[in-house]
Amino acid sequence: MTFWRKLVPHPWLSLFLFGVWQLLMNDLSPATLAAGALLALGIPFLTRRFWPDPPRLQKPFVALKLLWRVIGDIIAANWQVALLILGPVKKLRPAFVCYPLALTDPFAISVLASIISLTPGTVTADVSPDHQTLLIHVLDVADERELISTIRTRYEQPLLEVFPCSKTSS
Amino acid sequence: MLENVILISLGIMSAAAILNTLRLLAGPDLPDRILALDTLYINAIALIILLGLYLASDLFFEAALLLAVMGFVGTVAVAKHLMRGDIIE
Amino acid sequence: MDISFWVDAVVAALILTGSLFALIGSIGLWKLPDFFMRLHGPTKATTLGVGSLVIGSLVYFSSRGEGLSLHELLITLFLFITAPVSAHLLAKAAMHQRVGRIEKTKGRIWPQ
Repeated sequence: MTFWRKLVPHPWLSLFLFGVWQLLMNDLSPATLAAGALLALGIPFLTRRFWPDPPRLQKPFVALKLLWRVIGDIIAANWQVALLILGPVKKLRPAFVCYPLALTDPFAISVLASIISLTPGTVTADVSPDHQTLLIHVLDVADERELISTIRTRYEQPLLEVFPCSKTSS
Repeated sequence: MLENVILISLGIMSAAAILNTLRLLAGPDLPDRILALDTLYINAIALIILLGLYLASDLFFEAALLLAVMGFVGTVAVAKHLMRGDIIE
Repeated sequence: MDISFWVDAVVAALILTGSLFALIGSIGLWKLPDFFMRLHGPTKATTLGVGSLVIGSLVYFSSRGEGLSLHELLITLFLFITAPVSAHLLAKAAMHQRVGRIEKTKGRIWPQ
């Protein structure tokens, strides 16, 4: 186990690199597959010192469900944002909202920040230095508490399940 | 049918690029201009892809991918420069 | 003949919606009053627009090239990963530069 752990320090990164390589080469010949496998194993192994703490992904099904939900939300949110942009500017109610984080894992926080930037009319502007609050700019908000609770139940709860190491330390 | 749709899309994307250029010239602040440049980059990707569709050639893919990478790196470098006055820490 | 007509229709729909979304993003960039509001247009509408345009191109080349051609997916993936990052960095730079906001913006930013 530890031997494999040393040889393949970041299985998810390896899988991702392999997928990207196949997409880039755009064919499935044995030579491409072999080169992809070599790179997917070699790059994480040679650069392992730069990734000291691999994020541990658990419950991949929850992650897939979250991914599916996020894709749906991106499309839905874009209709909203398009209507907001095309509508009258005076009706918009922009605001900065502070979002108290329950996640502690840095990778999980950056995933959440990316999801927030891509979905409803919100952009993550900053993370506090102690990694406990996100500063979010909202294009049009009626009730800030509702926004915070939506983000918490829709995106942060699944992320807490996917990255369980952050649950114990918080 | 498809050719006409591609031409219409090329027109729409050009209009978008003109709006970005106006914002690039108008400013008023440096971050606005960088944002306009970033959007121009992404629109250029769309224009290249549309051109590839119009000419039915797969060769434009590499150019679009390179443009995506370069645009991102450029935006990050300039934004970092605004924040720290320094790109490499 | 029938199938190729439907493929063409799907490609046309994807391309048209994609370019319209990109146009909406640029309209937002042009007409919204302050920097932080302008940030919303390009990060969301333009990213989704170009993403769907690229997927239209994927469908087109898969339907008439030799076999499946998925590498356009890479551009979409890359755009969706990088858009939040550049938006975040630009917002940080703007706060550092103390770019003005319109007055009715609620809440406040913390000192940089």
